[in-house]
Amino acid sequence: MNTMTKVEHTEHHGPAAGISRWFYTTNHKDIGTLYLWFSFAMFLTGGCMALMIRAELFQPGLQLIQPDFFNQMTTMHGLIMVFGAVMPAFVGLANWMLPMMVGAPDMALPRMNNWSFWILPFAFAMMLSTLFMDGGAPNFGWTFYAPLSTTYAPPSVTYFIFAVHMMGISSIMGAINIIATILNMRAPGMTMMKLPLFVWTWLITAFLLIAVMPVLAGVVTMMLMDIHFGTSFFNAAGGGDPVLFQHVFWFFGHPEVYIMILPAFGIVSEIIPTFARKRLFGYSSMVYATSSIAFLSFIVWAHHMFTVGLPLMGELFFMYATMLIAVPTGVKVFNWVATMFRGSMTFETPMLFAVAFVVLFTIGGFSGLMLAIAPADFQYHDTYFVVAHFHYVLVPGAVFAIMAGVYYWLPKWTGHYYPETMGKVHFWCSFVGVNLTFFPMHFIGLAGMPRRIPDYALQFADFNMVASIGAFIFGFSQLIFLVLIIKTIRGGSPATPEVWDEPEGLEWTIPSPAPYHTFTTPPEVK
Amino acid sequence: MKVTRLITLLISMSSVSHARAEWALNMPRGVTEISQSVFDLHMIIFWICVAIGVVVFGVMFWSIFHHRQSRGAKAHHFHENTFVEIIWTLVPFAILIAMAIPATATLVKMYDPSDADIDIQVTGYQWKWRYQYLGEDIDFFSNTTTPLEQINNEEEKGENYLLEVDNPLVIPAGKKVRFLITSVDVIHSWWVPDFAVKKDAIPGFINESWTNVPEPGIYRGQCTELCGKNHGFMPVVVDVRPQAEYELWVAQQKNIKAQEIASAKQSISMEELMTKGEAVYQTSCAACHQANGEGIPNVFPGLKNSPIATGDINQHIDIVLNGKTGSAMQAFREQLSAVDLAAVITYERNAWGNNMGDKVEPVAIDKLKVAAKQ
Repeated sequence: MNTMTKVEHTEHHGPAAGISRWFYTTNHKDIGTLYLWFSFAMFLTGGCMALMIRAELFQPGLQLIQPDFFNQMTTMHGLIMVFGAVMPAFVGLANWMLPMMVGAPDMALPRMNNWSFWILPFAFAMMLSTLFMDGGAPNFGWTFYAPLSTTYAPPSVTYFIFAVHMMGISSIMGAINIIATILNMRAPGMTMMKLPLFVWTWLITAFLLIAVMPVLAGVVTMMLMDIHFGTSFFNAAGGGDPVLFQHVFWFFGHPEVYIMILPAFGIVSEIIPTFARKRLFGYSSMVYATSSIAFLSFIVWAHHMFTVGLPLMGELFFMYATMLIAVPTGVKVFNWVATMFRGSMTFETPMLFAVAFVVLFTIGGFSGLMLAIAPADFQYHDTYFVVAHFHYVLVPGAVFAIMAGVYYWLPKWTGHYYPETMGKVHFWCSFVGVNLTFFPMHFIGLAGMPRRIPDYALQFADFNMVASIGAFIFGFSQLIFLVLIIKTIRGGSPATPEVWDEPEGLEWTIPSPAPYHTFTTPPEVK
Repeated sequence: MKVTRLITLLISMSSVSHARAEWALNMPRGVTEISQSVFDLHMIIFWICVAIGVVVFGVMFWSIFHHRQSRGAKAHHFHENTFVEIIWTLVPFAILIAMAIPATATLVKMYDPSDADIDIQVTGYQWKWRYQYLGEDIDFFSNTTTPLEQINNEEEKGENYLLEVDNPLVIPAGKKVRFLITSVDVIHSWWVPDFAVKKDAIPGFINESWTNVPEPGIYRGQCTELCGKNHGFMPVVVDVRPQAEYELWVAQQKNIKAQEIASAKQSISMEELMTKGEAVYQTSCAACHQANGEGIPNVFPGLKNSPIATGDINQHIDIVLNGKTGSAMQAFREQLSAVDLAAVITYERNAWGNNMGDKVEPVAIDKLKVAAKQ
């Protein structure tokens, strides 16, 4: 297999030199790199906003920023982390790894791949520019509920709508590319049930993206019509329905949260077997569980809306359906634990992140199950308990899985091992920081602190202080990650093609660093 | 200060029996039958989650410890077992059914607002609540009373910092009270944790909820739906009184209303209008236009030297009474009495160097209010 990818092959038409390499590239590895760097830049930007929020909340009273700017920060933090950090990071990993995992030379539609990346920096430049506009940036939360976001919003909301449209277009193009690659470009012998799990989870995610991004586009277009063209989709005074906004938004928004976690399941399902030196337990039940989660994600959107005044039957339906998600999710967790059981485990940085993922994501899953119980949700809804819940599934969930993936594949990308001790320091700082930040939020949420408030009653002071300290620890430890990556790109001990002890998959059959072109002749899978 | 707070925190965390620790770590049990069954439900599910967590993480950490390469563990190459996979699909399913039964029962109880003794309409405004007692001629607004000096850290914070209002909702103990919840501008959410009542206030909708509080007392909550800049400053305070005291309060309210109507017919001195006007301005206008009348550039217009406050007086009165559609400027016609309106308009025209010398008479405003009703 290795002989198919001759090193000299890269010499006559390798990458162009200089900056134009990155602008015009159609190579999946270059585009993957672009996505990952973009995502990291956005992660730091959104992180700085989060730190501004946590700094203001360090003590009760208003000390650093005013409430209107606080709302702008919460809104931009949410939007940047969802659309700018987590999603592009997964797309970046997909671009780098999917062709190598299925034995394809590149993505199916390389020119479109270039487009789907380059739209993003422009979309986010436009979104961030709203911070400097009259009236400030969007200040209505990442869920931008109407009529706050239509009738009472600053004028910059129109730029926000256009930016969201561009992000949606980018995501859909990326998803089409991923589906086309996986369905059409698999190496001979690689049947669907032999796909690596990361590929499976991305295939399902891509279908979710195609299904729901147009819904998001629809809802922002309705907002645009309400703001500029005199319609009343969401304006009660004109016969519209503010709750319609929430139904449409969450029909997008709930599958969206699974878009941000399914690829993480895939990454962890690659890493745990490697470091347990065993095959993944229950491969086929993993595939079925992922598909069931994806299906269920479409029929539970109204659990975000238990307090809007749904009829009793509606509440019951959405409560039962939401609780059901715990079953396939539980199967996945049990399978990961069974994979570790009786393995021969080592704990390099990717494995540390993966194990932390399993534990902390499960804690986030438990609070999710509690939130599913409609009568109790009346107490939890829109409090810090919810903030704690979704940060547990998104930070030590999605973000830790992304970091695990980066550490896992970094030697393959760069040809160098990363400095292991530094990686472990990064892990432990992040782990402590994340838990200090988000665990106390459960307590202040249960005690009754609403989310998105710039100032709070005195009984919430202690835990807010702890959370703020944790946030700064977590935020600054990401600089270790940045330094580590730069160091690894520049040099380090050379990596073997396998990188780790006998990992499974086609990506480990090619040299490290992965040559610019791989698999010009498809490898045979037995 | 911070150190003492940290010490208090550590102490409160270490002693489980400490009342404050229980209160800060967990959901309040609340005072109503519903809030207590919600609390029980919360605890049942919490303990089930803890139990599952102990089992799953227990197995996991046992493997991490015993099956590590450094201890010489050799990998066993099993990777499938249909039987256990079926078991760990069915067992969680059964646990979920066990959880769903009490949850459904509680939800059904919460959804029964029938046979209420009192109906109160709760309306969300940016950023205050309006309480109208249906069938009684009682109607008032509830504004936060936490002074700006406390919020801006210029003064020591009070005991009920951010959870205090000028006019709390007053209800009788032991009676079923039905709330009809709506909004006039954006979506708010009316929440009192001790009653386990949380319902969104949505423009164009009337949501229903109810409570029956056995114990008199003062119960505090907050708006929980992001409703703009002052979302964090929109407390809900409910004063539950014994039946007799409640009836006394109702009588008082009617008295106050009658006095308001009478005073609207009288002329008031300029000085009195200015003092009253300043107080009204601080409660109802300063949140947006700022205490110094300068507004927030590009967000809320200032009043100092503004074309409205220094221009045609009728236009000024019109905008205060009827608001400005499509902006955050509300119609204050219903929110304030004729005297308060006259005072605040007079104040706005003469404060911060506006010096228009205009005096607005309560009678004139009263006429406009009456005319608008017809």
